[in-house]
Amino acid sequence: MSELANFDDDQPLLVAEGLGKNYGRLAACRDVSFALYPGEVLAIVGESGSGKSTLLQLLSAQLAPRAGRVSYRMRDGVLRDLAELGEAERRFLFRTDWGFVHQDPAQGLRMGVSAGANVGERLMAVGWNHYGRIRDTASTWLDRVEIDIGRIDDAPKTYSGGMRQRLQIARNLVTEPRLVFMDEPTGGLDVSVQARLLDLMRNLVGELGLAAIVVTHDLAVARLLSHRVMVMKGGRVIETGLTDQVLDDPREPYTQLLVSSILPP
Amino acid sequence: MTAMIELANAEKTFTMHLQGGVELPVVRGVSFHVEPGECVVLSGPSGAGKSSILKMIFGNYRCDSGRIGIRHQGKVVDLATAEPRQVLSIRRSTIGYVSQFLRAVPRVATIDVVAEPLIVNGVAREEARERAGRLLRRLNIPERLWTLPPSTFSGGEQQRVNIARGFISDLPILLLDEPTASLDAANRAVVVELIAEKKTKGVAMVAIVHDDEIRHLIADRIVDVTSFAAAA
Repeated sequence: MSELANFDDDQPLLVAEGLGKNYGRLAACRDVSFALYPGEVLAIVGESGSGKSTLLQLLSAQLAPRAGRVSYRMRDGVLRDLAELGEAERRFLFRTDWGFVHQDPAQGLRMGVSAGANVGERLMAVGWNHYGRIRDTASTWLDRVEIDIGRIDDAPKTYSGGMRQRLQIARNLVTEPRLVFMDEPTGGLDVSVQARLLDLMRNLVGELGLAAIVVTHDLAVARLLSHRVMVMKGGRVIETGLTDQVLDDPREPYTQLLVSSILPP
Repeated sequence: MTAMIELANAEKTFTMHLQGGVELPVVRGVSFHVEPGECVVLSGPSGAGKSSILKMIFGNYRCDSGRIGIRHQGKVVDLATAEPRQVLSIRRSTIGYVSQFLRAVPRVATIDVVAEPLIVNGVAREEARERAGRLLRRLNIPERLWTLPPSTFSGGEQQRVNIARGFISDLPILLLDEPTASLDAANRAVVVELIAEKKTKGVAMVAIVHDDEIRHLIADRIVDVTSFAAAA
């Protein structure tokens, strides 16, 4: 991708050390370590079953690791082990400082309530209580994700797949998080809808200076959105580096197979 | 070193795992340097590894051994061993790359495609657009096209947009991969002028050009890549 974040900041935002997770005898994730810096977008690529979704859940504190730990730099500048956070701090991360964009918008949205309420809810959770301001901010965000303001009172169950996904992004970004997790954000969408969504995400990430961890099996998504990529196979990270370097000069047999399996446009 | 770029024994081999692990040596013993204000042209037949060397200097291809010293913000950084974050920082403020083909970003207007490298480096949007417009005009891209995304333009127009995007920045190093390949004589002359202006500003350049006339006009020094041939 051409948009570069500011890398002068030397303090990592999130640090994973020796992460491991088993499902029974199956090792879903083995010995994963890396550091993510503010404004940096990391793509985790690999086929189904490679352990990338498990890793995303470990990183976002939705699963507890069997081995290793994840640390996050809170807004006071202190790097804290996620496993040792209190309930209030966890809630702050989930409701404010982090976003989580699910592949299926129905998991990240409340499908029966209005679009405006879906966005406003995250603001109310952090103490906003002025209806007019909440509605104004929600309108601004719907506009930023290119949803017609005339649809603000409609529920997302009446929206198309692409609109739902854009609404989910607005809901996540309204609290100005510093880190967003995305699980196959363009999966299940038509190609033309995907392109629009990718372009939108790329601009928002650049404008807001967000850090993001994006799980995808689509190397085109990784190329367009991420600065750095980790390739996973059998629960391990087998190759990592600058996105264009890994995709243009892949070193590992599995990465070469993934790259060579893309059909030319 | 006073040089902006200094390669010492840089080496590159591709290992093709899908073809039974065939080793494809590309270049070895690549050693040359580029001073500020100098344009070094890489010469050699197709397949000699010219583009690979350019990509190694940009950090797009990995360097297996040797050293690629880059003067970045007053210090020398070895690109062959640099962390991804350092490479990105070098690309943002030190090295620009003008490839033959524009990797079109969907939906972004031409003027913004060209202005983007300045905006990323903190130049105000209005000023960046004004400078982008001046360059596009020099490169004979009609103003009525500026608000359209370049994805629908002809090959030559896309290349000129790409050249404008590459030359707009004030980066101290520029890598040029056949910048005049599909241009007519008038536009080739504009590119030669732009390169001369960069030289007076002290920009160090490495270029690949197949056109003998252009090479003669821009090259301060020629480095023959066949001497780095790695094929056994």
